[in-house]
Amino acid sequence: MKQQTLKSWFKSGSPWVWMTASGVSIAVIMTVGLLAVIATRGLANFWPADVLEADYQVPGTPAKVMAGELVQAEEVPRARLAGAGLPVDVNGGEFMTRELFKVGNREVYGADFTWVVAEWTSNLRTPQNLMVMERREWGNFYGYLVNVKENGQVIAEGDDAWAAMQQRIGRVDALYGQISKLEKRDIGRINAGLERLRLKTRKLEMNGQLDAAGQADLDAERAQWGAEYKVLEGQLNDLHQQFDRDSVTVRTVDGQEQEMSLGKVVRAYRPNTMGTGAKLGFYFAKLWEFLSDEPREANTEGGIFPAIFGTVMMTLIMAVIVTPFGVLAAIYLREYARQGPLTRVIRIAVNNLAGVPAIVYGVFGLGFFVYVLGGSIDRLFFAEALPAPTFGTPGLMWASLTLAILAVPVVIVATEEGLARIPRALREGSLALGATKAETLWKVVLPMASPAMMTGLILAVARAAGEVAPLMLVGVVKLAPALPLDGNYPYLHLDQKIMHLGFHIYDVGFQSPNVEAARPLVYATALLLVLVIALLNLSAVFIRNHLREKYKALDH
Amino acid sequence: MQHETHTHGIDIKALGRDKQSLRLADETVALEVPGLNLFYGDKQALFDVSMNIPKQRVTAFIGPSGCGKSTLLRTFNRMNDLVDGCRVDGEILLDGQNIYRKGVEVAELRRRVGMVFQKPNPFPKSIYENVVYGLRIQGINQKRVLDEAVEWSLKSAALWDEVKDRLHDSALGLSGGQQQRLVIARTVAVQPEVLLLDEPCSALDPISTLKVEELIYELKSKYTIVIVTHNMQQAARVSDYTAFMYMGKLIEFGDTDTLFTNPAKKQTEDYITGRYG
Repeated sequence: MKQQTLKSWFKSGSPWVWMTASGVSIAVIMTVGLLAVIATRGLANFWPADVLEADYQVPGTPAKVMAGELVQAEEVPRARLAGAGLPVDVNGGEFMTRELFKVGNREVYGADFTWVVAEWTSNLRTPQNLMVMERREWGNFYGYLVNVKENGQVIAEGDDAWAAMQQRIGRVDALYGQISKLEKRDIGRINAGLERLRLKTRKLEMNGQLDAAGQADLDAERAQWGAEYKVLEGQLNDLHQQFDRDSVTVRTVDGQEQEMSLGKVVRAYRPNTMGTGAKLGFYFAKLWEFLSDEPREANTEGGIFPAIFGTVMMTLIMAVIVTPFGVLAAIYLREYARQGPLTRVIRIAVNNLAGVPAIVYGVFGLGFFVYVLGGSIDRLFFAEALPAPTFGTPGLMWASLTLAILAVPVVIVATEEGLARIPRALREGSLALGATKAETLWKVVLPMASPAMMTGLILAVARAAGEVAPLMLVGVVKLAPALPLDGNYPYLHLDQKIMHLGFHIYDVGFQSPNVEAARPLVYATALLLVLVIALLNLSAVFIRNHLREKYKALDH
Repeated sequence: MQHETHTHGIDIKALGRDKQSLRLADETVALEVPGLNLFYGDKQALFDVSMNIPKQRVTAFIGPSGCGKSTLLRTFNRMNDLVDGCRVDGEILLDGQNIYRKGVEVAELRRRVGMVFQKPNPFPKSIYENVVYGLRIQGINQKRVLDEAVEWSLKSAALWDEVKDRLHDSALGLSGGQQQRLVIARTVAVQPEVLLLDEPCSALDPISTLKVEELIYELKSKYTIVIVTHNMQQAARVSDYTAFMYMGKLIEFGDTDTLFTNPAKKQTEDYITGRYG
């Protein structure tokens, strides 16, 4: 009887439904879980946590005062801590709680993070005027504000000091903006001009066309740039002086005082006094900084805008290269090539190309694009710049090209499928009206296959944007704050090295001098990479759906 | 018994056709086929077909499935060129010129010999763009010329009144019968000499079929029409001449009245009386 019901249960198909549904559930859970983990870990980083102050006494040593943000706590076997040489009382419980504090003040303590044993801390408190200072170098400072100075003269002390400092930080911030604008835009333009001039001179020299008149012209031009530069240099020096005008005296919680130029301070805040609203405001300011600023301190602080920009730029150029290339190849394979063993072999080869490990493409890109192709381009068109390479070195164009090669099989396969799906009746209809094969392709087949091409492009973008390994070889670097798109001729600098979110994750996570500080950034960057790829994909999907609607085929 | 032709499945007089006295020998020839063989790879599909298609008449090809009537039709505008391994042995003369000779512009030939297929195949474009497709291919882009061509073609295809207010809507929004008439309009727009219809009504409902048949009747004053049909009543209704094909051979070809009422060949009679096929 029992067996009978089991049998009928199998017959009913329910197990099959359960099995397939669980497959879907697992996939959904994994995706949602992944996103949840990177989102919570990444986004929590920008929240201003309370700063704790505590007395800490390792048995047998004098008591110290310490302050910092609690990052994580874990249970460790007592024996292990004892084994590490800590004076642990081995007769307590089996486990001890160990806490990781971000204590900052790297120039004083040597490291930003420190582990403490929870048993040995006492008198935990959150003083109202304990402040956190974000600095352009040396990481965060935790401590108290003593006074504010202008040109070495104390102008505010005690309770007034906070407001005075905030106001002066605002002033320094504005100056900082002016300085970087001057350095990047105006002086950058002069540098680009001078470089062009140098190359022009060199070219004329190499061709033996440099006569006295030409030399004089060039010198005059150079003198003009030089004069412009002198003016800007003067402005810059002024700004720098003003920038370093103010300073503050600060005291660490264990009583060490030091003076600090306000030019080094990005922002200062007292998290223990902030309400939820203030904390929210702070959170979004930090988030915006992360999205829009350049990285600081070996990429562990500041923003990742150049990496976002580099990723998007590279993917777009890749798309521009890969689409025509893949589509043309697919058209030839499907429409013109004689279908036989040879086309079959080519098709298999193309499909297998999609399975080649990405790093192999990187090696190929370096060996062929950078050295052979780039080297030849340099010899032919940029001889005046040699021995400094222009295209004979990893850069944006080679990175995009390498990714294009990596993604082209996907586009070919998708486009071929799209072409194969166009009803024969429509082709015949066009041919029967006196259209040639080429006209039929152009006017009927390709428009109708365009959604399939977009599908190919979506897959290509998904594959290429997330790729990291080959990029390390062909153009992506740890730090390249100069964007490949700017106001200097030729505006789009294909020869420039770029930053990339994927590589940034690897770099910050594994190559950083400050791994503990970098960990939340790894998650935040990963989340951003996922979002950027999703955004690129969604826009392509949107275009595809639009095309699909437009070229909706008949149901046959 | 076989002489009692009034027992045939189709009573030609009951169809209400104008009784015409047509004689194939008196007609002007539009397409001349002097002994055509056609092969798909090693398999021969047409065996020594010889016939003269009369000008500005409707010629119907009937016969059981796979008898080669569509294949024959498709040789007239070289649509068979698109089939891999298809080889034509022999010639077809259009206005005295062999369309299979070397150096023939196939696209130009297909403009002169238009074709309408079994299933309506409008392009996923607007009604207007469907009609002017062939003209645009020829490089005609003046709006006035195209507008005129659209009105005239759609009127020829008896579709104008139904679509004149939505010329720029998608052609895919039309019904099957309207789509088929649009395809006919599209074909007529390039002003072909010959119109090939490959089972144009097989995917249509009876009312649409009737409309298309009326249309064929209208169009024959201007065009030479060749129609392949499975439906013998249809052949009897619309055609002036009928060719019966069987197993790749042309069995009998003559004026429709005679072929249906007094077939010369036993095979023809068996087919039209429904004994096989």
